[in-house]
Formats: sequence, structure tokens, C-alpha cells
Amino acid sequence: MSNNADLSLLNPILEKYQSQKGVLITVLQEAQEAYGYLPEEVLSTISQELRVSLSRIYAVVTFYAQFYLTPRGRNIIRLCRGTACHVRGSNLILEVLEETLGISEGETTENLQFSLETVACLGTCFLAPVMMVDHSYYGKLSSQQAKTIIESYAQPGKES
Amino acid sequence: MGKLRNAKELQDLRNKLLAEVDTNRTCVRICMTGCRAHGAEQIRDAFNEELKKQGLDKKVEIRETGCHGFCARAPVIVIDPQGIFYQQLTPEDIPDIISQTIENGEVIERLLYLEPQTGQRITCERDVAFYSGQQKNVLHNCGIIDPTNVSHYIARGGYSALEKALFSMGPETIINEVTESGLRGRGGAGFPTGRKWGFVRSAAGDTKYIVCNGDEGDPGAFMDRAVLEGDPHSVLEGMLIAAYAMGAGEGYIYVRAEYPIAVEHLKLALTQAKELGLLGQNILGSGFNLELKIKEGAGAFVCGEETALLASIEGRRGMPRPRPPFPAQSGLWGKPTNINNVETYANIASIIINGADWFAGMGTEQGKGTKIFSLAGKINNTGLVEVPIGIPIKEVVFNIGGGVPEGGKFKAVQMGGPSGGCVPEQYLDLPVDYGSLEAIGAIMGSGGMVVMDEATCMVDVARYFLAFTQTESCGKCTPCRLGTKRMLEILTRITEGKGSEGDIELLIELAEGVKDSALCGLGQTAPNPVLTTIKYFRDEYEEHIKNHRCPAGTCKALISYYIEPEKCQACMICARECPVDAITGGKGVIHVIDQTKCSKCGNCLEVCPERFGAVTKLSGVPVPAPVPPGTEVIRKRSKASE
Repeated sequence: MSNNADLSLLNPILEKYQSQKGVLITVLQEAQEAYGYLPEEVLSTISQELRVSLSRIYAVVTFYAQFYLTPRGRNIIRLCRGTACHVRGSNLILEVLEETLGISEGETTENLQFSLETVACLGTCFLAPVMMVDHSYYGKLSSQQAKTIIESYAQPGKES
Repeated sequence: MGKLRNAKELQDLRNKLLAEVDTNRTCVRICMTGCRAHGAEQIRDAFNEELKKQGLDKKVEIRETGCHGFCARAPVIVIDPQGIFYQQLTPEDIPDIISQTIENGEVIERLLYLEPQTGQRITCERDVAFYSGQQKNVLHNCGIIDPTNVSHYIARGGYSALEKALFSMGPETIINEVTESGLRGRGGAGFPTGRKWGFVRSAAGDTKYIVCNGDEGDPGAFMDRAVLEGDPHSVLEGMLIAAYAMGAGEGYIYVRAEYPIAVEHLKLALTQAKELGLLGQNILGSGFNLELKIKEGAGAFVCGEETALLASIEGRRGMPRPRPPFPAQSGLWGKPTNINNVETYANIASIIINGADWFAGMGTEQGKGTKIFSLAGKINNTGLVEVPIGIPIKEVVFNIGGGVPEGGKFKAVQMGGPSGGCVPEQYLDLPVDYGSLEAIGAIMGSGGMVVMDEATCMVDVARYFLAFTQTESCGKCTPCRLGTKRMLEILTRITEGKGSEGDIELLIELAEGVKDSALCGLGQTAPNPVLTTIKYFRDEYEEHIKNHRCPAGTCKALISYYIEPEKCQACMICARECPVDAITGGKGVIHVIDQTKCSKCGNCLEVCPERFGAVTKLSGVPVPAPVPPGTEVIRKRSKASE
């Protein structure tokens, strides 16, 4: 087991939710916010402190799409695969993104810059087809635009 | 503002706030929720900067509001008191707006909305056809108030329904009122709200919970997002009244994590309500207590199902369980629990204030009141609309929605997301109502309407929805876990041109099986998109299976891109844009697509200049052989060849 996560980041989170019921998911969400993903030793600590078995934590983490057991990229690309985006060609955008980044949906580039994710719906159907890079929306995309946007992030200095 | 200790203090506060409102003061209402994705923040900054520069910042109020609804025209603003509606703004327009409209009252023609039907520029929001066909009840504050400012909500009559409920109605009367209003749950299933409340009230036990389902997961739906972002207190007020009526003292608002602005606004609303004594202990001195917490979802569609949602709140895998017992008897931690959708709660205050008869006066026999729909897909006026239940589908899609964008032809409107169905053209006159939609295989659902045109393949749409439900299936029950997977395999096969005789019948058989035997709503309704597309577009399925042809030209395996030699001007544009270098030819030499290399991305079709129109999509026919060697050079060089 690797042992390089700074476990002290967990203390305020665990303190806040101590002895409250039904807080596992909230604690995991905040832990992930602090670490970027959920390292094994973080999960073990949560298990001990909340007195929830590690197997149950693992069951929860693997059930929900927004928990990650491996490090994610510094820039998170979230391509919307909602119905409105689908009928406006988001599948083509996905292909371009996969090709440009050299990774598949759900993966992270080797240099840990980009993670490529798809979401069921961003709820911004009027922008279809749309993707988010971190907190910015890019709507009414063409394949070419999607490529250009990603390339602009790939340049040094544009990372956030 | 301190804690309000009784009803009178709330009334006094409202009166004081109303007295402070200067109706002559210029107020610019900017949509800062949906339009944010379209640069609304830059518009706001430009206003603030320019007003400051001109020393007008004290005279003009810049108000950041929720969704105005007309997302297709984002970013939009309305300038009060005149109600001037400007749309598709850029920061460069702001100095003109300030010097001409705000200072001199002149209307800037070019920023007004152009009504396509009449060709007229419309000055006021209420006169735009998109708005005039609507009836805003739930959304009456959305786009008007600043959702982060509780004073705005209170000044518009906010929390007066709570006051009425607490001090002059009593729990039984409230439940009767809601029952008589005919309000049905807006989340999709349409269960009568008052009856549900009655069950929870009469359930045994002292500890009861109240839950708001804000896990709006249907792709293509964003009604609840708009309500939570644009008028969060209306949801709180509805929950407060419900909790009081049912005797619940604790509750949760479950929101999708994909909605960060909604979460932010809700958190703020909870804090404000607490500070004012409208939430917490001894609310308005009535002795009624309610504690509310926000739970953010973690990305699982099935959590929109009520028992799965409860499991998720308890910190477990969000998997549904069989009902009964219903949550009304045994819900959160085994206690009686009431779960309603965001829009349902947002309807409550107006029912309490205006009465059941007023509410029941809108809508139809089976569906009372109004319903919010989100319009998306191949439609001109993408956005959010609220209409009385029972108006014809056509009215929503064509009069309010503005129809299909130029060049397309309406094919179907998908209603109810992955649980719903496709409504074809012949049913456009049907009223938007629970029963009428169910009769043709669709559902009212949560309110997503995605319009499809001739370029949308219905087999692909069915496959798309099945792929969605199959991924989101929690795996607990066999019919859903395996049934959706097998159905998806068949649909994928068909879209790849590998379908065989009997596939349609097999799909129907599987679909009926899953529908009848799945554990929860997700599985029971997952076959709907398949069944309705087969019912109304069976010929498209057959074309795929028998002739390996995709009539809409969507299914990649069944299409080829082809450059017509007689139309090609050999301009090199498509060749340059081709990501896989599949296009050969050069300046003055007719271009040819190498079919073995082509990735069918469609770039060439997109970039070929409209006046040439040389690239076409073929399906079900062989690609013609390239022109014989020696004839591929064209003599007449067009201007675009350089």
C-alpha cells in the first residue's frame, strides 16, 4: 500500500461529520475534493473513523460515477451526451476528442493533464452539442472547434 | 435583518421592502444562470464598468436573475420599467444600451428580437410569441428576482403562503387544499400530491422526514435546474408547508452534483431562511420546527427513483427496493417519508395563496395547473416554457418553440426522456396531458421535449436511450440488468447493418418482458423509447435490416461520403479539413474520398462551400467509382480554388 497521501487533510472533514448518520457519501465527496481522487489510505482512514467497513465503502465508491480511485487530470473535460446533444452530433465530438487526446472516454492522459469524461446531461441543452472544460462551457461545437479548444488548453500557461 | 418572531414581523418586513422599491428606477435584469454559459458574466461586467465610468452606477440597478427561458437567444436582458427585451448581446453592445436606452429612452432596433413569422422587431418581452403563449405560475419569479436576495422573494409575496398555512389553515386543511387542487407529482409518475401527503400524515410514528427530489437526471431536461437556480426559496416554502402539514421535522434536498449553481443558490437560501427564522426552531413563533440539509448526488441516474434516492441519502449504493412498503410508510431510516419533485414543491405556495379552485381552473380533467417543459434538439427556440396542461403539443413545438430550424422537417418529439416515447407528426394535435400521452406510448414525464427532424435516425435514438438506461441500470434485478443489455445488442446490430429478419419481433418481446418484470421505474420504462419508435417508425427499422440503409443518414456503418465529380470545384477545402487524409486530388484536380480511410466524421460535408454542395451522404447504395483517369482535371478554375 502506498503511503504518500497527507492524511491530515481528512481531519477537518471527519470532525465536521462526526457522529452524524448517513454521511458516508458526503465525507467521500469532500475527501475527493481535497485529494482530487480517493487514494486507498484515505479510504482506510475513513473506514476506521466512520466505523464503516472498507468493503461497503468500496461498494459505494464504485457505484457512483463521480468517485475516482485513480488520479485525474488537471483539466477535466466533460462532454455532454444528453439527447439534445446526441441529435446534434455529440458522438462525432467524442471521437474527435478521443483522437486528439489519444485516450478513451473515462481515461486520463499519461501526463495527467486531461481527463475525458462524458456526462448524461449537463442541463444546458440550448448549447448542444456542449462540453465543459473545468468550469467553462463550450457550446454549439463543431468537431474542429472541439479540437482547437483542447489544443489551446494543451499549451503551457493555459492550465488551471 | 434579524429573526422574525411572528407573522406580523414578516408582514412588516414585506411592507418595508415594498415601500423601498422604486418602480421608476431603471433595472437591468440579466439572466445569470443559463446565459452564464453564453457570456452573461461579461455582459454584467461591461454594464458595471460602463455605468461607473459614466457615473450612473447609483441610478441603475444591475440585477442578476435566474433563467428568462429564451435560452436560444442568450445572453438576454430586460430593461425595466419599460420592459425592453434585448437578446444575443455582446459586451460591445453595452455602451450603446447605456447611452441610448438607459439615458435617452431610445430603443436599439438591432438588439430587439426579430419575430420570424411576421418579420417584425419586438420591443417588449411579453409581446414576443415565445413568451405570450406561456403562463408563468411556477416560474413567476424566475428571471424577475435576484435568487440570492431573499428580500426580492419576500417583496414578491414570498413566504406569505407559509404564514397563511401556519396561522390560518392547520395541517388537515392544507392537505385538503392540495388534494382538491388536483396537483400531481411533476417528477414523471404523476401521483396525486395531496393523497401522498395524506398517507404520510396518517402514518404511525413521531419522526417523519421530508425530501425534495432534485436529481433531475433525464437527458434533455432542465426545468428543475432553472427553478432551483432562479427561485430557490419557492422550493423551500413548498417544503416548509408540506412538512408542517405532515408533521415532519427534518428533511433533505437531494440535488444533482452537475448543477453547481443550483447547489450554491440553495445553500444560500437555507442560510437566509434560517437567519430570518423561516427555517429551524419555532418558525415565525408558531412552534413548528424544520431542519433541512442539502445532499449532493454523486452521479447515478437511478437515484431519481425514490427508494434509490433514499438509499443514497443514507450513504449507501443508490439501489431501488421493491415497494410496498412505500416511503410514506417506511422511508428514510425506516421512518415515514414524503418525497416530491422540485417543481411539485414550487407549485405549493401559489395553491395555498390562491386556493384549490384557482389551480384546478387551469389544465384538464386529469392534469391541473401548468407544467414546465424544456425545449431542445432540432428546434428554433430552445429554452424553458411553462404552459397550462392540455394545450396541443403543436402549440408548444411550433408557436412557442418556433418549429424546426430552416432546412429541416419535423419528424418527432421525444417526451419524457429515457422513460418516455417519441410522438410522431400525426399526433401533434394531441393535448399535453397525462392520459393522452400515455395512450400513444409516450409520457408527460418530467418535462423534457427533444425535437427531432428528418436527419435524426429513430433506430439510433432508440439505441441511444437504451445505451443510457443500460449503463445506468443498477444491476439489482435481472430483467433490467440483462434485458436492457440484450436489447441494446440487437439495436446496435441493426444500426450497424447486421440486423436480421425477426429482430424487431424479438425486440418487442424483450421489451414487453422487461416492462412487466423490472423492479423499479427505470427498468419498467426503459423499453418505451424502443416500443414507440418501432410502433411509429417501423419502416426505418426495416430499411436498416433489409436494405442496410439508414434513411436519416445517421448510422455510421451504413453511410458513405461521396464527392460528386461534376460539382467538385477542386478547391482543396475538404481535403485540408479531413482529419484522416482520406481525400485525394489537388488544385484543379477533382477530389475523391478514399472509402477505406474515411472515418465518416462528416467534416467534408460541413466545410464544402454551400454554392458547390459537392459532398453528399449516401446510404443503401454503392459508392460510384471515381472518374476514369485522365478526366479528373477540371479546366475551369473557380475563384475558391486559390
